[in-house]
Amino acid sequence: MLNVISIFMRFIEVPMKFLQDKLGLKTPAWLFLAPNLVLFALFAFLPVILNIVYSLTGTDQILLSDRTFVGGENFSVLARCDNYLDPNSCSEDLFWRAVHNTVIFVVLQVGLMVGFSLLTALVLNREIKARGFFRAVFFFPVLLSPVVVALIWKWILQREGVLNAWMEGVGLESFNWLLDASWAFGWTVFLSIWAHMGFYTLILLAGLQAIPRDVYEAAMMDRASPWRVFRRITLPLLMPTMLVVLVLALIKGVQTFDEVFAFTGGGPGSATTLIIQYIYETGFAATPRLFGLASAASVMLALILVVLTVVQLWINRRNVNG
Amino acid sequence: MSIKMNLIKLAAGTATLGAAMGMSAAFAQEIKYMCSSDGTECEVAREIFDRFEAENPGVTIKIDEVPYKAILESLPVQLAGGTGPDFAKVTDLGGLNKYYLDLTPYVDAAYWEDSFGGTLDWYRKGPDDKGIYGMHSQLTITGAYINTTLFEQAGVAIPGPDATWDDWAEATRAVAKATETKFPMAMDRSGHRIAGPAISYGAKLFDADGNFILVDDGFTGYVQKFVDWNNDGTMARDVWAGIGGTSYQDASKEFINGQLVYYYSGSWNVEKLEDQVGDAFDWEVVGSPCGAGGCSGMPGGAGVVGFASTQHPELVAKAIDYLAREDNYTEMTAKTQNIPAHLGVAAKGVDYVGATPIAGKAINAWGQQVGKISPVAFAYQGYKHNRAMFNITVQRVTQAIVGELTVEQAMDRAKLDVAKALAEAQ
Repeated sequence: MLNVISIFMRFIEVPMKFLQDKLGLKTPAWLFLAPNLVLFALFAFLPVILNIVYSLTGTDQILLSDRTFVGGENFSVLARCDNYLDPNSCSEDLFWRAVHNTVIFVVLQVGLMVGFSLLTALVLNREIKARGFFRAVFFFPVLLSPVVVALIWKWILQREGVLNAWMEGVGLESFNWLLDASWAFGWTVFLSIWAHMGFYTLILLAGLQAIPRDVYEAAMMDRASPWRVFRRITLPLLMPTMLVVLVLALIKGVQTFDEVFAFTGGGPGSATTLIIQYIYETGFAATPRLFGLASAASVMLALILVVLTVVQLWINRRNVNG
Repeated sequence: MSIKMNLIKLAAGTATLGAAMGMSAAFAQEIKYMCSSDGTECEVAREIFDRFEAENPGVTIKIDEVPYKAILESLPVQLAGGTGPDFAKVTDLGGLNKYYLDLTPYVDAAYWEDSFGGTLDWYRKGPDDKGIYGMHSQLTITGAYINTTLFEQAGVAIPGPDATWDDWAEATRAVAKATETKFPMAMDRSGHRIAGPAISYGAKLFDADGNFILVDDGFTGYVQKFVDWNNDGTMARDVWAGIGGTSYQDASKEFINGQLVYYYSGSWNVEKLEDQVGDAFDWEVVGSPCGAGGCSGMPGGAGVVGFASTQHPELVAKAIDYLAREDNYTEMTAKTQNIPAHLGVAAKGVDYVGATPIAGKAINAWGQQVGKISPVAFAYQGYKHNRAMFNITVQRVTQAIVGELTVEQAMDRAKLDVAKALAEAQ
């Protein structure tokens, strides 16, 4: 086997040497990176540029050549508001409703999810019976498609769903969970936590297992209480992992769309409409299709995500550097 | 020598075969038809196109059957991006006009004018446009179905043909109460559906100069009533409030399951109801209730249009023209149980294949509703930007139902939305 590899290496050595002789040491590296760079430019960088350009144009035409340049008008329309806390006072009220919903959704979903994930990770880190089984159970929803998650919970919560059938069975009055704005929003947060907490639990579990055992043994010898151990040892040593989880969950939370869209369609009214749904509907479902306005909202969202990503990179770097 | 001769023969044979294959490839033409179905429209189109293919060797029509949502949302984006099908069944008749193929050079224009008359205008850019763009395959009318079995069980008299919306609301509430039925009334979540009742309530939709306005006292009056009915349990609140954005939602499931007394939808449901209700209960068509502005439903429907981006304009026109032939159109109408828009077919009457007496009665009842359609409703259906206005209506009325906006605020927002949409649309 080694012979085969060395023959192969010798075989590619000839053209490599030829390339280095002709082009120097640095240029061949670019040559090898070129395919990936081209793909990145085509499918990531170009769309970003196009998105920014579209955000500066108007009309419902899709081809850039048919669109008119409007400068910052789309951003100005989105930002025009008498009181940012009251969407009704904004020029683009649906955008601000989506912003409000997204902020509340992210705060609740991320806060609760990180809390539950930590609790679950702590339990699953203990020597309990069927630990492997429970780890699999908590991770299982992560493997499901968001649409499947949404449909499962829709079947449970709809007017003639499983939950209402059970409630009627035990003599309680059924309730239309998805028709009340507050309940629908609450269930949306719950569904999202249920679907994603397994992933974060896994990361936190890895973080917990990376904490050296001798620290706990020392605490035990000092007869420290479990709460004190958690507060003074587990939490501080888990904090770098917690921060990564927090930032990852924040980014994912801001980007939430598919499961909520399939679950409630953004309703009742616009009670569960999040920013990505607003962008999708403005650009693709509404008539006329306001690609400029949707792109402007998209650029604004991208800026928020850039900030969150920079924070995540900074935390990662700080962790690596100790 | 013999080897050389054999080689020459082989080369000649290969060349001939290659040329033949090349020629057949040159003559083979495939066109794509995007179709959505309320019942069997795409299946019936397939049957007719099979005959078309047999009569035109080398031609293949590939039918891409998609959900109705794809016709509404994906097709316009595909067309704008230049990646649409060759022809399709559409419902945004005037809104997609800029992409249409003018069939005039390829078809007998006189036959089309005589056969499709006024519906041709729905596909045109405006009064000066005389092109032929679409074959109206399904003429539809919005209106209501009732569960007559529930009326009988409740012992409540069915309101007469001149009954108002209030009469129907009162009667259906009484029926629902007596029979413990979940919902007295329901209306599809659609701006098209609510337009008919609003017009019956006096909505003019256009100002004196013909400019589109959407909101006026008549429109607001019906919206207020509709919102109130959604909140007092007269209307099934799930249908409009249960979903966000501008998504379409119907209430056919509730009607079919016997949970609904009165279902405001349209003529396209006959085949579905006949098929799915079966013997479970009796139902009938009662059309549109009356108000100060008449007893109007909304006309509408779907049509088959070709797209200018096609590589085979003549073939696309030929295929659509084949569907428009009187015998084929009659077959299509009969099998799909639709109301014909072809004047010749309508005049001769259609023998609806295999329709039960209840379905036959329903289709005839829909036919009788045509005369009640208000000119405002025809104008709205022919209005180029009606799809945008339907979406605005759905969005804002829903917000009023769930309490995010008052009716007054919702109507003010709708006015702003109309102005914005008209400014952006080209």
